[in-house]
Amino acid sequence: MSTTNSSSSSSPALGTAAQIASRIRSGEITASAVLESHLAVIAEREPEIHAFNLVTSDEARAQAAAVDAMIAAGRDPGPLAGVPVAIKDNMCTHGVPTTCSSRMLEGWRPPYDATVVTKLAAAGAVMIGKTNLDEFAMGSSTENSAFGPTRNPRDTSRVPGGSSGGSAAAVAAGFAPISLGSDTGGSIRQPAALCGVVGVKPTYGMVSRLGLVAFASSLDQIGPFSHDVADAALVMDVISGHDPGDSTSIPMEHPSLSAAITQGVEGLRIGRITDLPGGADPEVQERLEEAFAALAAAGAQIVDVQVPALTYGLTAYYLIAPAEASSNLARYDGVRYGMRVPAADTNSMYMATRHEGFGPEVKRRIMLGTYALSAGYFDAYYGKALKVRRLIADDFDRAYQHVDVMLTPTAPSVAFELGSKTDDPLAMYLCDTYTIPSNLAGHPAMSVPFGTGAGDLPVGVQIMAATLNESVMFRVAAALEAAAGSHLNERGGQ
Amino acid sequence: MSERIDVHVVAKVSRLARLDLTPAEIEVTTEQLAKMLDHFADIDALDLEAVSPMTQPYPLVNVLRDDVEQPCLDRDEVLAAAPDVEDHRFRVPPIIGLED
Repeated sequence: MSTTNSSSSSSPALGTAAQIASRIRSGEITASAVLESHLAVIAEREPEIHAFNLVTSDEARAQAAAVDAMIAAGRDPGPLAGVPVAIKDNMCTHGVPTTCSSRMLEGWRPPYDATVVTKLAAAGAVMIGKTNLDEFAMGSSTENSAFGPTRNPRDTSRVPGGSSGGSAAAVAAGFAPISLGSDTGGSIRQPAALCGVVGVKPTYGMVSRLGLVAFASSLDQIGPFSHDVADAALVMDVISGHDPGDSTSIPMEHPSLSAAITQGVEGLRIGRITDLPGGADPEVQERLEEAFAALAAAGAQIVDVQVPALTYGLTAYYLIAPAEASSNLARYDGVRYGMRVPAADTNSMYMATRHEGFGPEVKRRIMLGTYALSAGYFDAYYGKALKVRRLIADDFDRAYQHVDVMLTPTAPSVAFELGSKTDDPLAMYLCDTYTIPSNLAGHPAMSVPFGTGAGDLPVGVQIMAATLNESVMFRVAAALEAAAGSHLNERGGQ
Repeated sequence: MSERIDVHVVAKVSRLARLDLTPAEIEVTTEQLAKMLDHFADIDALDLEAVSPMTQPYPLVNVLRDDVEQPCLDRDEVLAAAPDVEDHRFRVPPIIGLED
């Protein structure tokens, strides 16, 4: 193993979610005290990091008090009793502003809670705030926020990744032990890698999206950030499951991932993609090779596979996602919610509102998507991209006949400097090369911290699995985490 | 794939998208989209004739709920979030009749 692994994951100074919930349920500490400890960390470091669009201190204090009252009354608040959780600001929270980091929705208070928010609260979790993101989740650095960028807690001159950069940074900085993000082309996994935390994109349909503000509906999925694999499994067990309010939610029971992670990797077949698109930094490649070696040492079998269509993932994604976004974002027209710029007639009002309300990247994607869908270009772009998507899914299916999971880098590089890619949209899009294919196929994938690269910054290894095969993916994640040296043994390693 | 994107096409697309881009923005957008579309030409070489398009990852169709009454959103709360309201309805500026 690399000797640099000591700083691969961030230290939860105030405990993991599982530890916190256990101590609160046993009466050892109160939810209110846990909350105040986290609010103190936020007060100290949030001005520098800007992970949050809003810290919901008052609501959180009321929620924590309710958890403590349940404990006092001898009732169990649930598996996340009193655990502070940060929520990406594109998930609806009843009566609490939900902005998507856009001027368009500044000040909007949703009339209902997203299903994931309801489920977390029902499990005893305490929402501590709404986290910053690239506007409408479009970006890979959280620099596209209308309210200013989030900075990487590991090096504040660098980006935290995106679009869920605020949620990744909130966990890495110790503002909350767990958070939720959304992942359309890598928006959970890439910031997890860049901030040195665990990030999971579940199977499409595994977690309800009711109340997630839509970006690209055939790709979007909600998932957790955490310090360790066990916490990610714990959150997944709470938020997964069928929701009649989401027509894309898969109507089936979900297995307990917390139970799965103890099963080891002996006999599992780990795919090494021999024709993976290049471009990853040498140190990132080295960490990936070390990950294969660690899994082989733990009893897994490394199998070479080919997934030739992966190389076309970027093109398919950047035609399909903007096309769907251009349709989804048509709803921001100044009529029912959010911003309106007054004008003499309705069409002028639409134009003025959208000109003022959307930032440059959102406009760029709406333009690209509208172009790809417009008469004369549909077949050449959007229609073709949908066929390439099928090729990618088919190639994956063929490869998964020979392997249980596949490993790739999560991101081509460690966290980059703020401003270094903002003038070149295509360079920014290339950050998503390794994460996009799982979204196109609808498969689960997750990033686990595994050593460091340039500047002693964290590197993430991505584990991809076939549809609904989260259990095996989490077993491999747990093995990688053990090999990398759990943060519990590496306190102060940073 | 097709002819290179130009400012006229971009201006038309910006009207279709209800985005009031300025001439300077149209200029920049044209340049950026052209660069992206050049990159996206990598799929031109693929033979996709026999491939069926994939619109969604998981094949669920015609998902309906049982036809039973359920609580709906609070009307006043929803309208409170609207930019302009009159008589419990969304209010917009005139839609037609301003041409003259």
